[in-house]
Amino acid sequence: MFVRLVYESFRRQKRRKLLAGAAITLGVTVATAMIAVATDIGDKINRELRTIGANLLITPQEDSLDVEIGGVNLKPPSDGAFLDEADLPKIKGTFWHNNITGFAPMLPVTVQVEQEGQQRDVTLLGTYFARPLSFGQEHFTTGVRSTHPWWRISGAWPDDNSRDVLVGEKLASLLGEKPGDELTLSGRQFHVSGILSTDAAEDDQIVAPLAIAQEILGKPGAVRRVYVSALTKPEDALARRDPKSLSGPIYDRWYCSPYPQSIAYQLQEAIPHSHAEQIRQVAQNEGAVLTRIEGLIFLITLAALFASALAVSAAMATAIFERRSEVGLMKALGASKLAIASVFFAEATLLALIGGLAGFAAGGLLARQIGRSIFDSQIGIQPVLLPVVLVVAVLVTFAGSAAAIRRAVQLDPVFALRGEL
Amino acid sequence: MRTRDMSKRDMSKPDMGKPDMIAPLRVSSQSDSACSLAASRSQAPHTSMFLRMLVRAAVLRRGRATSALFAMVVAAAVATAMLNLFVDVQAKLQREFRNYGANIILVGRDGASLPVDALGHVESRLAGRGLVAPFAMIVARTRDGQPVVVAGADFARVRQLDRWWSVDTWPSSPQQALIGVRARSTVSPKNQPFDLTFHGHVIHLTPAGTVQTGAAEDSRVYLSLSDFVAWTGVQPSTIEVAANGSAEQVSAIMQQLAQALPAADVRPVRQIVEGEARVLGKTRATLLAAAVLIILTSALCVLSTLMGWVFDRRRDFAIMKALGASNRLLNGFFAAEAAALGAAGAIIGFVVGIGVAAWIGRANFHAPVVPRFSVLPIVVAVSIAVTLLSAILPISLLRRVQPAVILRGE
Repeated sequence: MFVRLVYESFRRQKRRKLLAGAAITLGVTVATAMIAVATDIGDKINRELRTIGANLLITPQEDSLDVEIGGVNLKPPSDGAFLDEADLPKIKGTFWHNNITGFAPMLPVTVQVEQEGQQRDVTLLGTYFARPLSFGQEHFTTGVRSTHPWWRISGAWPDDNSRDVLVGEKLASLLGEKPGDELTLSGRQFHVSGILSTDAAEDDQIVAPLAIAQEILGKPGAVRRVYVSALTKPEDALARRDPKSLSGPIYDRWYCSPYPQSIAYQLQEAIPHSHAEQIRQVAQNEGAVLTRIEGLIFLITLAALFASALAVSAAMATAIFERRSEVGLMKALGASKLAIASVFFAEATLLALIGGLAGFAAGGLLARQIGRSIFDSQIGIQPVLLPVVLVVAVLVTFAGSAAAIRRAVQLDPVFALRGEL
Repeated sequence: MRTRDMSKRDMSKPDMGKPDMIAPLRVSSQSDSACSLAASRSQAPHTSMFLRMLVRAAVLRRGRATSALFAMVVAAAVATAMLNLFVDVQAKLQREFRNYGANIILVGRDGASLPVDALGHVESRLAGRGLVAPFAMIVARTRDGQPVVVAGADFARVRQLDRWWSVDTWPSSPQQALIGVRARSTVSPKNQPFDLTFHGHVIHLTPAGTVQTGAAEDSRVYLSLSDFVAWTGVQPSTIEVAANGSAEQVSAIMQQLAQALPAADVRPVRQIVEGEARVLGKTRATLLAAAVLIILTSALCVLSTLMGWVFDRRRDFAIMKALGASNRLLNGFFAAEAAALGAAGAIIGFVVGIGVAAWIGRANFHAPVVPRFSVLPIVVAVSIAVTLLSAILPISLLRRVQPAVILRGE
C-alpha cells in the first residue's frame, strides 16, 4: 500500500513532481558546479600565476659573486662554478615533480659582434626553448617557452638542436638584423630565426640553444643557473621553519608539502653542488594572491550552496502545500500522522535522489564548460563528491519539506475535504 | 457592502487551515463583532478599496507573505552582494598585485643617469596613484680588489614598494649598508665595518642587516641614496614605479611618463602586467559565472515561492471575479501586490547584501567593499520583474478557469 501510494503519486502528478524535481536538479547542479570550481580554482589560478615566471632559482653552491647591472654581467663568463646539464632531468625525479611545470637552464657568455666595422661585446644567453627530455619513464618538454611566457618573438622559435638564434629587439635594430639573416658571432656563422622582445635585459642580448653557448665558452655541459617554475602552496608558519630544526613527523609534513622552501630543498638534494632558492618577488606574492582568490571563491560557493538549498526548500514546501486535500483524505480514512509523513518523506527522498543524480551529472558538465571557457582546461569532478551531494540533497529536501509536512499533517481533515482551502 | 463581505469571509474562513492563523482571527472575532467591525471601518478614514485589499491580503496571510518576502529578500541580498563583489574585486585584487612591486620601469637611455628632477616629474605625473622608488648602481671594489655591485636606494620607499624583500634590520643612520646574502662573504664575512672604493673615492660603511630576495639583489650592497650620491656623484639611473589601476590606466601613465621624460626609456615589467591581466580576467570570469548561477537560482526560488502563493489564492481570485471584477482590475491587483513585494524585498535585500559584501570584503581582503548604490536600481528593477512574472504566470492560468469551478474546490 505504501509503495503503491508513492508510485501512484509520481505517476499521476507528473507536472508537480517534475517542477519539484527540476528545482532539486537545478539546486544540485549549481552546488556541484560551484564545489567543483572551488576545489579546482587554486590549481587553476596557480597555473595562471606561472605567467609571472619562475619562482625558484638553482645556482651552483660555490658560485662567485655576480657583478650584474642592467642584465650585463661584468664577471668573466668562465669565472665561478657551473651546474652540470646532465643533472637537470633529475629535477623531474623529485618528490613534487608533478608540481614542476617547467624549468629553463641559462648560460650567459660574451660574444663579439661586428657593428659598422667595429667589434662589440654582447651577451649570448644559452638556454632550452622547448627541449624534449626524459627521466626514467617520464617524458617531458621544457624550456623558456613554458617558464618565460611573456617572451614574444617575430619570426620562429629556434630548434634546440639547431644553430638558429634569437636576437633581442634593441640589438637587432642596432645591427639591422631581420629573421632569416645570417649573423657572425665571434667568427662563427649563425642563422637568425627570430627577433625577441621581452621589455627587459634580453632585448639587448642574443638568445641561443644551450649547446651553442657551451661551445663558445668551451665547457660542454655547463649551466650557470636554472629557473624552475613550480606550483606551490601559500607559505605558512611551518613553511618558514628551518628543516634542520624539525623533528620526525613535522619534518615529514614540511617535506611533503609543496611549499616553495621544501621544493627548493628537494631540488638542492636532487642536483649535486647546487643551491636552490625561492625568487621571493614571485613566490611570496603568489601565495597572497592565491589565498585571496581561493577565499573569495570559497565564500561565493557558500552563498551558492545557501541559495540552492533555499530554492530546493521553497520548491518542496510549495509542492507539499498544494496537496493538503490529499492529506485530509488520508487522515479521514484513518491514516496516522506517521504514515502520512512517511509517505511524503519517501517521496521527498526519491525526488532528491533522482534530482541529485541528474543535478550531479549536469553540474559536472557545467563545471567542465566553465573550465573550458574560462581556463582552457578541464575542471574535473571527484566521484567521491557524488554520495556527499546526494546525502546533502536528501537532507535539504527533508528540511525544506519538514515544515510543510508538519503543517499538512496537523490540518483538520474537515476543512481540507470541504475544499475550503 | 463588498467590504463587509470580505471581512465576513475573512473571519469565517479559518484560512488555509494554518493553526497559527486561526488563533489571532478568533481573538479578533471575539473582541469585535462583525457589526461593530463594519461600523468602526465605516468611520475610519476612507482609504481606497484597492489599497485596503493589498494590505489585508498581506496581513491576513502573514505566514505565506512572509515566506515570499523572505525568499525575495534573500535573492535580492545575494544578487546585491554578488554584483558589489564583482564590481569591487578587480580593485581589490589589483591592490594585491601591487605587492609584486613595480609594473613600470624608467631607465636612463644607454645606461646614462636620469635627470635630477626625474623623480619629481614622475611623482607629479603619478599624483598619488602609486609608489615610486629610485635606484642608482655602480660597480665598486672591496679593499682586496673584489668587484661588487653597490646600489643607492631610498629605503623608506623600497620598504613600501618591494615588500617581498626579506630584511632583518633596515639601515637607520647614515653610512649604514644593507648587504645581500650572497655579497656578505665578499664584503663583510664577520659583519665587521668595511670600505668600498669607487674611482678613487673611499666610503666607510657599517653593516646594518642583510637582504634576501632570491634574485640579483642578493649579490648587491645597498646604501641610502644620499650616502651614495655624496660618495660617487652618480645620480639614479632607474626609477621603479608601481602604478595603481587597470591595464588601460597603467598604459596611460606610461605614455605620460614617456612624454614627460624623453631622456628615459619607459617600459612595462611585462611578466607582472601580463600575469596580473590574466589572473584578474580569469577571476572575474569565474565570479561572473558564479554570480549568474546564484542569481538564477535565487530568482527561481522566488518564482516558485511566489507562484505557490498566488496559486494558493485562487479562491480570492475567483470571488473577486464572481463579484464582477474586471480582468484589468484583477491583473492590476495581483501585479501591484507582486510589485510591492518585489520592491520591499529588493530594498531590504539590498541593505542585507551590502552588509554581506562588506563582511566578505573584510574577511577575505581585509578591506571593506564600498557599497555601490548604482546597483540598487538594477536589483529593484530585476526583483520587480521576477515578482511580476511569478504573479502573471499563475494568473494567466487561472483566468481561463470558471470562478465556479475554483470555488467548488476543484
